[in-house]
Amino acid sequence: MDYDSQQQKPGADSTTAGYDPNYVPDSVKSFVVHMYRHIREKNVYEIHQMYETSFQSISDRFFKDSPWPSVDAVALYVDNDHVFCLLYREMWFRHLYARHSPTLKQRIDSWDNYCSLFQVVLHGVVNMQLPNQWLWDMVDEFVYQFQSFCQYRAKMKSKTEQEITLLRQYDQAWNVYGVLNFLQALVEKSTIIQILEQEKEGLVQFTATDGYDYNGGSNVLKVLGYFSMIGLLRVHCLLGDYHTGLKCLQPIDISQQGVYTSVIGSHITTIYHYGFASLMLRRYVDAIREFNKILLYIYKTKQYHQKSPQYEQILKKNEQMYALLAISLSLCPQVMLVEETVNSQLREKYGDKMLRMQRGDDEGFALYDELFSYACPKFITPSAPTYEEPLVNYNQDAYRLQLKLFLYEVKQQQLLSGVRTFLKVYSTISLGKLATYMEVDEPTLRTILMTYKHKTHAVDSNGKITSNADLNFYIDDDMIRVVESKPAKRYGDFFLRQIVKLEGVISDVDRIKLE
Amino acid sequence: MGREMVSSTPNQKQQPSAMSYTVEQLVSVNPYNPDILPDLENYVNEQVSSQTYSLSANLCLLRLYQFVPERISTQIVARILIKALMAMPAPDFSLCLFLIPERVQMEEQFKTLIVLSHYLETARFRQFWDEAAKSRHIVDAVPGFEQAIQAYAIHVLSLTYQRIPRSVLAEAINIEGLSLDKFIEHQLANSGWAIEKGQEKGQLIILPSNEFNHPELKKSTVDGVPLEHIARIFPILG
Repeated sequence: MDYDSQQQKPGADSTTAGYDPNYVPDSVKSFVVHMYRHIREKNVYEIHQMYETSFQSISDRFFKDSPWPSVDAVALYVDNDHVFCLLYREMWFRHLYARHSPTLKQRIDSWDNYCSLFQVVLHGVVNMQLPNQWLWDMVDEFVYQFQSFCQYRAKMKSKTEQEITLLRQYDQAWNVYGVLNFLQALVEKSTIIQILEQEKEGLVQFTATDGYDYNGGSNVLKVLGYFSMIGLLRVHCLLGDYHTGLKCLQPIDISQQGVYTSVIGSHITTIYHYGFASLMLRRYVDAIREFNKILLYIYKTKQYHQKSPQYEQILKKNEQMYALLAISLSLCPQVMLVEETVNSQLREKYGDKMLRMQRGDDEGFALYDELFSYACPKFITPSAPTYEEPLVNYNQDAYRLQLKLFLYEVKQQQLLSGVRTFLKVYSTISLGKLATYMEVDEPTLRTILMTYKHKTHAVDSNGKITSNADLNFYIDDDMIRVVESKPAKRYGDFFLRQIVKLEGVISDVDRIKLE
Repeated sequence: MGREMVSSTPNQKQQPSAMSYTVEQLVSVNPYNPDILPDLENYVNEQVSSQTYSLSANLCLLRLYQFVPERISTQIVARILIKALMAMPAPDFSLCLFLIPERVQMEEQFKTLIVLSHYLETARFRQFWDEAAKSRHIVDAVPGFEQAIQAYAIHVLSLTYQRIPRSVLAEAINIEGLSLDKFIEHQLANSGWAIEKGQEKGQLIILPSNEFNHPELKKSTVDGVPLEHIARIFPILG
């Protein structure tokens, strides 16, 4: 309790105020000693408990406004173990980033720590078994800090001379090649792609054990390699390279559960970026399908994460994905792909906006802008500044470019909603008549109809044409014929569900003992 | 239109060391290495002269430019973009633009290419051909440009039309008169086209049927139940 009152002193929010890096409270001592022991004993369960619960509660009690004790201060309690110290510092920085804004020096030190940590892992000398949650957090944080660094560096106007000198001197820190090559090296060194291939043939187990190694080996390199594929997807999306991003994810089959679904943060990050990239590639149906699935999943499981440190992040991504779903459905109105629960949530949040977005006027256009800006990743410019006077901020450049190009696409599809409205009510109509209704001339109408066809037919990664069309029509000479697509009734699924339900009822009945 | 790569086949491997790595291999082994930048630039020129195409190699190059903007060659970027236009209906042109800094896109030749792409994306072929004619100096640098765009136009027409008036076809592919007769004849012989005499207005061309212009041909896949779903009730059935 003493601590609480101390922490609330005015001015205590500064990182350094009253912070003694060498002071180690007993609970921290006990934390590192036990954590170190559990790691040596490969007790994943206990490690996970301490990582998820104790770290959080100690942070809340003692380190709300200051960093954890320095690594040097705790090293003597853990035999100066090199790897443990690297792990401790990784958490130390993560805590710092989450609660304070790091200085440039701290950003550079954190980069150095990741280099040392990944180096050790890549050399295969780590013989630990760490919880997936922790390994995911490492990759996630690594990419986050990279993105944060790029944003920070791009705000050149407010840089002091000292900061600029430091930036020039440590130009390797958070260098984009370094970041990408670490992730790539983890993927390659772990041979995770081959492991996933071999697993399909039943030669090895990976997914079945959630990536853990129960034969005395270590899961660290393998699982880090696995999560690095998702890290690469995310970095490429931040750079606007959606094609390459999806390619990096390809070894993971997202139509099924996998290690990526074993950690909620990884599950959400994967689908969010997959969906966003698909949206930018005009693969709307893919985007809608995956957003629908994960939003339903979050809806059903939200309550179990309420106490988790990631809860806020989960809610935020949840909201962003509803916005992206609203965009996808406005461009490609295929509501039957969306579950009822998700749909009613969506109507509640964006029903009104979606109606206006589909009108294709300026107001609708502004809404696309608004939703995209709210829900897009934090795009980055990866190159270093030129350091030439006058110093300019360029942290918004990447975002502005992606937004502009996306709105370009929206504009190209602007006239499609009008044509949809008419084709929904006619089964046959002549070009001339429809042109009059739409107040355009016949050649223009032909281009609108062809645009509809082009925009609703995506090219998949194998070059195959797939239809995202919500309406099927064709033109025969100068007649448009609309072919009604019957809503597909999913009898099969319905019966399967009823069979399972019935079985449940029967076994309940069986359990009743009549005295 | 060939999206396939020109990577050498295994039996070409005996060739001496200089060619021991194809550019495709370089890209897959070393995707984040600035040293391969000159190779990738040469490879763009090679794609132009040999009429081949590799999206992944070109994206890799644009990515490297993004990391070191001072090395951007606008001539190479222009070639990549023209190649990307030729790859339509694939979204390659946008994929490239996403990676090109906005200030570079402000250059006159890129503005022109963006306008051309806009016309193609919105199927305004008349305007496209007019604009392309004014920009010969840009697009003529890449052989096969016209044919590639014609192939795209025919792709969109085939998604849309069962029977198309000759004049509409002529406008979309920018071919008229005798050349058009020849073109149609070729398609009759090779691509399953057919001709029908219209009553008053002249020729109608019947485009080959596919599931997009004959929606009733579309196989209904939704009726099936995937095995995984059935597998869920195996324990009960057993």
